[in-house]
Amino acid sequence: MKGQAVAIILVLVSGIATFVMFISTMDTLNVTRDTFYRDYGFAEIFASLKRAPESLRQRIEEIPGVDRVETRVMADVKLDIPGFSEPATARLVSLPDTGVSLLNRLYLRSGRLVDAGKDNEVVVSEAFAQAHKFFPGDTFGAVINGKWRTLVIVGIALSPEFVLQVRPGGISPDFKRYGILWMGRSALAAAYDMKGAFNDVVLTVSPGADKESIIIRLDDLLDKYGGFGAVARKDQMSHRFLSEEFKQLEQFARIFPGIFIGVAAFLLNVVISRTVSTQREQIAALKAFGYSNVDVGIHYAKFVLLIVLLGVLGGTAVGVWLGRGLGRIYMEFYRFPYLMYDLRPSVVIVAALITTGSALLGTLQAVRQAALLPPAQAMRPEPPAQYRQSFLERLGLGPLLSQPSRIILRNIERKPVKALLSVIGISFACAVMVASGFFQDSVDFMVDVQFKRAQQEDMSVAFAEPASRKTIHELKGLWGVEHAEGFRAVPARFRFGHRSYRTVIQGFDADTHLHYLLDMKLKPIELPAEGIVLTDYLGGILQVKPGDNLIVEVLEGNRPVRQVQVAALVKQYLGVMGYMDRTALNRMMREGDVVSGAYLTLDSREQTHIYRTLVDMPRVAGAVVRMDEIRNFYQTQAESMLFFTFVATILAGIIAFGVVYNSARISLSERSRELASLRVLGYTRGEISYILLGELSILTLAALPFGFFFGWGLCAYIAGAVESDLFRIPVVLEMKTFALAAAVVVISASVSGLIVRKRLDHLDLVGVLKTKE
Amino acid sequence: MDQTIAKNDFGSPQAAENIVFQVHGLTKVYEMGQVKVHALRGIDLELCSGELIVLLGPSGSGKSTLLNILGGLDTATSGSVAYCGKDLTRATEQELTEYRRYHIGFVFQFYNLIPSLTALENVTVVTEIAQDPMKPEDALAIVGLGDRLDHFPSQLSGGEQQRIAIARAISKNPKVLLCDEPTGALDSGTGIVVLEALERVNRELGTATAIITHNVDIAGMADRVVHLSNGLIADITRNAQRKQPRELHW
Repeated sequence: MKGQAVAIILVLVSGIATFVMFISTMDTLNVTRDTFYRDYGFAEIFASLKRAPESLRQRIEEIPGVDRVETRVMADVKLDIPGFSEPATARLVSLPDTGVSLLNRLYLRSGRLVDAGKDNEVVVSEAFAQAHKFFPGDTFGAVINGKWRTLVIVGIALSPEFVLQVRPGGISPDFKRYGILWMGRSALAAAYDMKGAFNDVVLTVSPGADKESIIIRLDDLLDKYGGFGAVARKDQMSHRFLSEEFKQLEQFARIFPGIFIGVAAFLLNVVISRTVSTQREQIAALKAFGYSNVDVGIHYAKFVLLIVLLGVLGGTAVGVWLGRGLGRIYMEFYRFPYLMYDLRPSVVIVAALITTGSALLGTLQAVRQAALLPPAQAMRPEPPAQYRQSFLERLGLGPLLSQPSRIILRNIERKPVKALLSVIGISFACAVMVASGFFQDSVDFMVDVQFKRAQQEDMSVAFAEPASRKTIHELKGLWGVEHAEGFRAVPARFRFGHRSYRTVIQGFDADTHLHYLLDMKLKPIELPAEGIVLTDYLGGILQVKPGDNLIVEVLEGNRPVRQVQVAALVKQYLGVMGYMDRTALNRMMREGDVVSGAYLTLDSREQTHIYRTLVDMPRVAGAVVRMDEIRNFYQTQAESMLFFTFVATILAGIIAFGVVYNSARISLSERSRELASLRVLGYTRGEISYILLGELSILTLAALPFGFFFGWGLCAYIAGAVESDLFRIPVVLEMKTFALAAAVVVISASVSGLIVRKRLDHLDLVGVLKTKE
Repeated sequence: MDQTIAKNDFGSPQAAENIVFQVHGLTKVYEMGQVKVHALRGIDLELCSGELIVLLGPSGSGKSTLLNILGGLDTATSGSVAYCGKDLTRATEQELTEYRRYHIGFVFQFYNLIPSLTALENVTVVTEIAQDPMKPEDALAIVGLGDRLDHFPSQLSGGEQQRIAIARAISKNPKVLLCDEPTGALDSGTGIVVLEALERVNRELGTATAIITHNVDIAGMADRVVHLSNGLIADITRNAQRKQPRELHW
């Protein structure tokens, strides 16, 4: 039984390892995050605005509940990096001229902070520095408020505010094309005419203070200074993404270990039942000698507990190893200065308790049977198994079946529950593989919808300030630009009843060739001339449907507040926003024919030249190349996808192997006499292998459609559990995912079947002549 | 009247072409750790077509070992075993499987029927792979079980199961029938019914039959009785007249 015990232990190890891996990674990120936030003064409320005098700071400090306040100047700049011809931008954040920041302090990895008054010194984010192989002393160009400047890197740092560095509107970190820079307050203020003023404020609150009421009062205060709406930490972009990650890990920790532990409990049940059945006589003898029912029950329970113990020990070790590996992968995205790997003892205890409970519950019936077996009954042989014609034979297909085939089918039907549970067990292996391929398939689909069907531009250009439509003509006139369309983007708050949400309204031309809205069936729809179109998920948040009237508070310019009818809901997988006809949006803003940026299609040979020209245009704040965004997204996802696919394949293989191996061993044990008899009668090894492995093949193949179904269900559950306003994952599964899942299951099952098949070579043909059934 | 025959009597006066088995100097030694067990110490024997012999001897005398080697289930340590002139001792694993498949019919002490197959199917499982089998129904009719074709072994008595096993063994039209304690698990009444089936098969089909038993009374139905003791043939006696199974009592 060594092989079977090992197979079950491997399944248990898989379950416990995934549990430990996910939970310890979550705990590690939690502890690391909390420590980093605490030690470096991560703010609790964040607000951006157009411009306010520094004197407003005192009034902010006077808001009840506010603890510490720090005002800053922030700006987005274009970069000109030697040896890198693609568009790159950065967020420039001010540092106090003297001392360190009060809040959102920097963890300096190397170098130093900036000198007061030096207008060309910057500290850069570590991820950005690593992507470009920058070290303190290196230089690069930046266009700061229309003026080109050479910046000198004096330090490389990390910040709790930018654990995740994603360009506004971006879909994933792009460390080569987006970085964070810190500059002295005076230098930055001078460049943006913000001397004695600020355009960003962060604050902390006193313990127990009501953040919502502080935000309301802060918004009131900042409203006339062009405030864009304050947010609490939970909605701060970097923190938000990290929280969503935790949500995902929690879901995975809930689902996947359960599958493995369930399968292990089933396998233990089968093995213990079989063991009790073959050891009836020994049990009878022990009871005749005076061993009690409890003694016998405990004996078998001990065996179960031993397997669980080995599974827990092995699973914890593997889980820690995988957790550290996963933590390192997360560190590529989430830029913490250090990782504090944390495995709480309670995680191992919970894993052990759940596993033990499941295993004992799974084997309760078998152990009970052993304990309660009366000695006299145990000494009698078991009554012979009852068989009948199989279902196919009852359908009249009997004449088509050879005797070995009938043996296979009738044996499966004799214990239909066991056969079904084996099928379900193997199907879980298939489901795990399907789920691992789901992310890749869904991501491919999301990228296709968002970046190939909805967006057709080669490059999107953002202007520093809203500009007149004439700017579009200027861009159209650039060598290599084939087509240009303007868009208008304004931050806004939507209200419907007591629900509200802050996002962006994007306006583009009704006759656009580059940007499409897609309905629920992903078919392009015309942008209505009036009204607003919302992302379907946003419609859900606000509980609005087409025809409802929404209150729109624009957070820019004249900050108009209007009632706008919801014209339609559209399908979008990344982010949530509203869409309007640009002319209608301009009208609502009471402004002229104004654009915030442009979408361009280009001759790709001229891309570098075009970007260089855009760098020199003061009006242009930055540019993003669509293909670069897609490529970067895949590159950043590649390692984690590979990790998950690799781990999932191993785990799926272990389940399939474990279930088939156990079934095969038990089948062999139950049928060895029969198979040996057939060998004596002249059947070849191949022919009796067909009988043994034919049954397993049927169970494995029958498991595949179930596995596809369970896998699809698992994916739908995961997609539903992780959806948020940041992204929604469609349940998309390609044929190749199903094919790979089937292949892994079939190969694992085949390997385990062949291992057991080798035992057929050692059947005791001589002994079987004398063996009673 | 029984005639005691010397142990090197090769069954004359049958002609040489009727000899099915020729065994010369057959030995078999098992190694059980440090201990060597000499199961057979030099057996010389012939079995002729149509003959019914009983291998008689106490436990450990070597009768099962001899049967196993004749049946291609075990290999000799030294000596030779020829089946219709072909040396079995040099046969490969594949050749021995083919030999059992086409030429040998086995009857086990505990019937060894396939529990998931009916009586008819238990016979068909052998005829399906045989070269020149009889119809399974005919085999079952010979042993008097023409009316229980669709019953599973669990629905049949021990005697009925053993007769199905005999039908299975003869259905391939083997040259040789090897029976290891065929009545060992049965009461005397049922055992006699089984022996009658074996006797009928031997008589009607002319199949050379070797029956292992420790039951001396059964020896009365044989042409010759080979007495084994301590791995050697102690004696071979010929029955002048074979008794009918019905005349046997134990």
